[in-house]
Amino acid sequence: MALENLFSLVKERWKTPAGAVAPEAPVNNENPAEKPRDVPVPKQPTTFKCPRCMQVTPADVYAANLKVCPACNYHGRMGARERLNIFADAGTFSEFDKGMTSLNPIDFPGYDEKMGALREKTGLVDAIITGTASIHSIPFVIGVMDSNFMMASMGSVVGEKITRAFEYAESHGLPLVMFTASGGARMQEGIISLMQMAKTSAAAAKLSEAGELFISVLTDPTTGGVEASFASLGDIIIAEPKVLIGFAGRRVIEGTIKQHLPEDFQSAEFQLEHGFVDIITERKAMRKTIRHILRLHGYRGDKNA
Amino acid sequence: MPEKNSAWECLELIRNKNRPTAIDYIPLIFGEFIELHGDRHFGDDKAIRGGIASFEGVPVTVICQVKGRNLSENKNTNFAMPHPEGYRKAMRLASQAEKFHRPVICFVDTPGAFCGVDAEKRGQGEAIAQSLYLFSKLKTPVVSVILGEGGSGGALALAVCDRLAMLENAVYSVISPRGAASILWKDAAREKDAAEVLKITAADCKSFGIIENIIAEPAGGAQNSPEETSENITAFLSETLRELAKLPADELLRARYNKFRKIGVYSE
Repeated sequence: MALENLFSLVKERWKTPAGAVAPEAPVNNENPAEKPRDVPVPKQPTTFKCPRCMQVTPADVYAANLKVCPACNYHGRMGARERLNIFADAGTFSEFDKGMTSLNPIDFPGYDEKMGALREKTGLVDAIITGTASIHSIPFVIGVMDSNFMMASMGSVVGEKITRAFEYAESHGLPLVMFTASGGARMQEGIISLMQMAKTSAAAAKLSEAGELFISVLTDPTTGGVEASFASLGDIIIAEPKVLIGFAGRRVIEGTIKQHLPEDFQSAEFQLEHGFVDIITERKAMRKTIRHILRLHGYRGDKNA
Repeated sequence: MPEKNSAWECLELIRNKNRPTAIDYIPLIFGEFIELHGDRHFGDDKAIRGGIASFEGVPVTVICQVKGRNLSENKNTNFAMPHPEGYRKAMRLASQAEKFHRPVICFVDTPGAFCGVDAEKRGQGEAIAQSLYLFSKLKTPVVSVILGEGGSGGALALAVCDRLAMLENAVYSVISPRGAASILWKDAAREKDAAEVLKITAADCKSFGIIENIIAEPAGGAQNSPEETSENITAFLSETLRELAKLPADELLRARYNKFRKIGVYSE
């Protein structure tokens, strides 16, 4: 399918209903019939205010622009399902570990309730979706983190699903593309969440030793323990324009140095300038760029067909 | 056996200015320590120090995070909060150890990796990520001991190892109790409550399968007898290194991978 066709198709898909953001499909909802809920579902906002340039854009225009600010090109946050829809070949995604859910390993007060409420609100089970998909018929393993779910913090489920994705790619000789977004390690799982940094990085090392390609795509925001582990270990690291990428929180640093930081601090462009990002790629060109990279590494369509 | 200290009591003990640091223990545990400096790219971080030493007659590489005991020492060591070049020095020394078949011994004691403008410019996250990556596949035994504070990713970068031990009053945490309190209750002053909630003591970490050993401290804490503490550390290292030396490299790496691989609590 030609690139233009794909995007008109995507735009078409997003036009319903009335240009609003397509609601994410429930991940593991066994009973979609049980729709009526007691909890009030917040209405979709009708406008989008860009956190970078403060420009206000109608939500439908923003959505039709693939959630990119039309004024400044800031690449906004996107749900994991939305991302899959515009990135992978239609109908090729096959999900891993659909029902994996976090427990409450350190009996953190309120964690179970918070998770329950977020599952209800987002239709996600946790902050990442992993599986296999293809792009222009080239098969690969994919992971997409979703900042709508507890700022995509990494706890046991996120860590385990990422590790399994790396291991699957290794055992099946497939490349791996990971769209990262995260506030960091998930405090609510205590020290167990910290260990997910080591676990995922070790899995990334194994994939690398096996000679397979790992492309890390940094989206808004990629910070803390995720930036300080697998996200920074891609053979090729791509970032979307103007997204936030960094280790420490901006306010933490401002608190330490007692002064305001420049606007572009920890932006994708800042990271490129300092040598930590290979390419900044616009969302609308992501498929083309990644397909190109996959082909240059010898990955072809119908490999496993 | 006396009752275990609470997380808060541990924090008070390890923040005590008189608590011994790696620099106090090294002469008591090792012979002939030769310090090596610099990451060969940017500079020499004073928060992470390292070098070659002999342990029971065998050459080893020692890498440690070092707190100061007073303000001027702490200015020099940046309160043991490393910059990226500190982690890159650690990686350089670890790779050197691999080349010369020396075991690596890491002493962890940091509130966390430094959060600052220059640290970001030089890739704090990337440096920690590369550390995790490198240590996970280092073909020589790695043993780490948390002496005091094991603060988040900045500590983990020196704790991807075959055996991890904590001193009895040391803590290991994903976030500082102060940071957690300000997120949880918008009140950093409630760090005492947060410390208990986060389950950061050596006993907690052992119960979660995060560490293999707890090294006893003398009554009242390590500061009461650095000699006795170092004897206990020595006994742990001696036994552990002897055990690890028996394993062929591939088996060692497989076991190290599986040690972290199995950590996670979820249902399917």
